[in-house]
Amino acid sequence: MHDKTLTELAASLAAGEFSSRELTESLLARIERLDGEINSFITVTPEQALAAADAADAARARGEAGPLTGLPLALKDIFCTTGVKTSAGSRMLDNFVAPYDATVVEKLNAAGTVSLGKTNMDEFAMGSSNENSFFGPVKNPWDGAAVPGGSSGGSAAAVAAGLVPATMGTDTGGSIRQPAAFCGITGLKPTYGRVSRYGIIAYASSLDQAGPMARTAEDCAHLLGAIAGHDLRDSTSVARGVPDYTAELDAPLAGLKIGLPKEYFGEGLDPEVESAVREAIRVYESLGATVREVSLPHTHFAIPAYYVIAPAEASSNLARYDGVRFGHRCEAPTDLTDLYLRSRAEGFGEEVKRRILMGTHTLSEGFFDAYYKKAQQVRRLIRQDFLDAFDEVDVLMGPASPTPAFDLGAKKDPVSMYLQDIYTIAINLAGIPGISVPAGFAGGRPVGLQILGTHFAEARLLNVAHQFQQATGWHLRRPALAEESL
Amino acid sequence: MALEHADVLRAAHLARLGLNDDEAAHYLDDLGRILAMVDQLQTLDTEGVAPLAHPLETTQRLRADEVTEPDQRETFQRCAPAVEQGLYLVPRVVE
Repeated sequence: MHDKTLTELAASLAAGEFSSRELTESLLARIERLDGEINSFITVTPEQALAAADAADAARARGEAGPLTGLPLALKDIFCTTGVKTSAGSRMLDNFVAPYDATVVEKLNAAGTVSLGKTNMDEFAMGSSNENSFFGPVKNPWDGAAVPGGSSGGSAAAVAAGLVPATMGTDTGGSIRQPAAFCGITGLKPTYGRVSRYGIIAYASSLDQAGPMARTAEDCAHLLGAIAGHDLRDSTSVARGVPDYTAELDAPLAGLKIGLPKEYFGEGLDPEVESAVREAIRVYESLGATVREVSLPHTHFAIPAYYVIAPAEASSNLARYDGVRFGHRCEAPTDLTDLYLRSRAEGFGEEVKRRILMGTHTLSEGFFDAYYKKAQQVRRLIRQDFLDAFDEVDVLMGPASPTPAFDLGAKKDPVSMYLQDIYTIAINLAGIPGISVPAGFAGGRPVGLQILGTHFAEARLLNVAHQFQQATGWHLRRPALAEESL
Repeated sequence: MALEHADVLRAAHLARLGLNDDEAAHYLDDLGRILAMVDQLQTLDTEGVAPLAHPLETTQRLRADEVTEPDQRETFQRCAPAVEQGLYLVPRVVE
């Protein structure tokens, strides 16, 4: 059971091969047995999961099952869940039990899915390796010496290890696509505003977006359809109809125009990653696509712009953690200022403090125009690069990350860690959708092919990714760990 | 723009983030390197480019001024560190 896609599991449930309870019990046992080593979950919720599975089985018995009824998944621990700890990977929220559900959670519950728990992540989604979690690092199921990527590292590792067929992640600068690439799974970051951010613990509000992580593009299409849409509780969610993302999956790719940004194949790209990506592009050519080189001339300004904008927004968003209304409070504060200073000093980890200080500095008097305003101007130029490219081609393709998963502890300097996100970060600044699909291996570790489309082109991206998965078998490869059966 | 120890302390104060001197020195070093990377932005001519705050450039929608949220004070205060009679407790501010 642990090796099937959501789509296969849905068919098995519909055919009565097993019940949602049996499936849920099987996966919970697998988590119990394997996750001590991987550490992909912060909280496992067996009681709630079995209750949801029983409710799903009862709905099916009444003839009321929908396409996702009874399917198991897990949520990055950044989605607020009523009655279950929502920590954002931080000591600050280790004691926080959310009083309400995120819209994404509400929609998944309404669709009848069964959440097995909350997955590990870099603290407040700040990181590219999952090493910044208060709850400890996550191991990459392909290689215990490697990171799973971040910030949705637990979400990616849990799918790769066969603990759960799908998870929900969030992506502010690559946090769905990069861990999906590192763990050999499929991960979609939708267009900014496509999915409600209500109840998702905020990092950088003009960049944050939630999306599915699963084994296949087809599974991502089903999940995106369930979570997308306008939400009155998120004024930045877009009032635009939600198409059936599965409708175009089988459309042939003949005539598809693919652009290869020359800046995404330059210095710093691992040669084995490059050859895997170029081989994937040859597969597309064999499917009838045409390929041409394009330029995104402001690419190398994306990381500098991001590390002004994201920390600035973070310093503002994280001001709410004051030790008064929820979250960590220091012992025996002497006065109100002491309460703030110590609660925040104790509650936040090193990377979060670094970004709060960075953002506070660049927003402060005398620095605002030189940093924040400048970065916002550059952001417009970066977005325009993509809009110009999409006048010429249908999709852009390149590597999701310049290297395969690096070793735990290998990136001690924050700037070298930030530079890892060179191919993913501009996408968030532009607000466009992107998907990473498994496309081979480099040094025994998975490689992700990143496919980008213009705003609201998710159906096209999923079609293009699905056709690749019909023509190749990389998404079917499993780490040795996941092949162990109970 | 070189960063100084006092800049880190000022940011920490503005952010109400407790830092000791050693920590401030550590962050001075890190932030200095991050700002050196960020300073690449200054090499780009952005004269006349309008700042982009939001990727979709949508305008804020307005709705009718109606009460839509019920009172959930008790629910929301359940996760607070200290409350009494519906109020959040903090150290005494006025003696």
